[in-house]
Amino acid sequence: MSYTMPIELGKIREFARAVKTRHPAHKGEHPVIPPTFLVSSRTLWEPTSESGIAKLGFDMRRILHGEEEYIFHGPLPRAGQVLTCEARVVDRYEKPGKRGGTMRFGVVVTEFRDADGTLVAEARSTLVETEKAPKKAEA
Amino acid sequence: MTQTLELTVGQQAEPRTYEPLTRTDFVRYQGASGDFHPLHHDEPFARATGFPTVFSVGMLQAGMLATYVTDWLGVETLRRFKVRFADQVWPGDELTCTATVTDIAPSPEGGRRVAVELLCLRQTGSAALKGEAEFLLP
Repeated sequence: MSYTMPIELGKIREFARAVKTRHPAHKGEHPVIPPTFLVSSRTLWEPTSESGIAKLGFDMRRILHGEEEYIFHGPLPRAGQVLTCEARVVDRYEKPGKRGGTMRFGVVVTEFRDADGTLVAEARSTLVETEKAPKKAEA
Repeated sequence: MTQTLELTVGQQAEPRTYEPLTRTDFVRYQGASGDFHPLHHDEPFARATGFPTVFSVGMLQAGMLATYVTDWLGVETLRRFKVRFADQVWPGDELTCTATVTDIAPSPEGGRRVAVELLCLRQTGSAALKGEAEFLLP
């Protein structure tokens, strides 16, 4: 299963401003995305039914963002492209928590392909289900 | 980048300290990214959850760290960017980004594969983010 994400000019400008970049690569009529822009595939384009994070089955009240990684197989995607995205769970593991419980980890990879089906980018997200309510790191 | 940038392993970029972060910065990022988790803008919600106030979206400082390193080594040359979230970032925090070259190797695609270690530090000295990036440079 997959979904599409159009790379929009206005959204690039808005995101570039939010992450405080003034690099010329993000300006003009055919800007490339800021490096972390593809995070918005999850919030703005991914149907709930295809959510890689939901597939982990973690308790959303105890979920933390542990790591985020972007791999680009060539120059970054550009405004006007329509990417096809597919998320899957690639790894799960557990570690003992500090309070005697168990912390569960899950790694979700989203692949981004261009109109020709070429893999252009991958996002790798590590999510953590904590023992109790989050007090540290990003919620 | 039209000319070859001279880089050596161990070389550090000039650090950058951003203006203190505001709640408006958090909200601007939430609107841009579409992540409207209330912990980052809803004060009563954050307090009821057990936090002293709202705090930044981790991906905001990740984006600022990416801004810092791509200002140095380029945007279209970036091939990998990774962050680990280590500490929360609060309103008024002044973030300083640093970058150190850790490896330079010839790339099979031609050019050099340059690996960089990144830090995003709070004014207290604690690391909010630890990161890595790789660039394909001429």
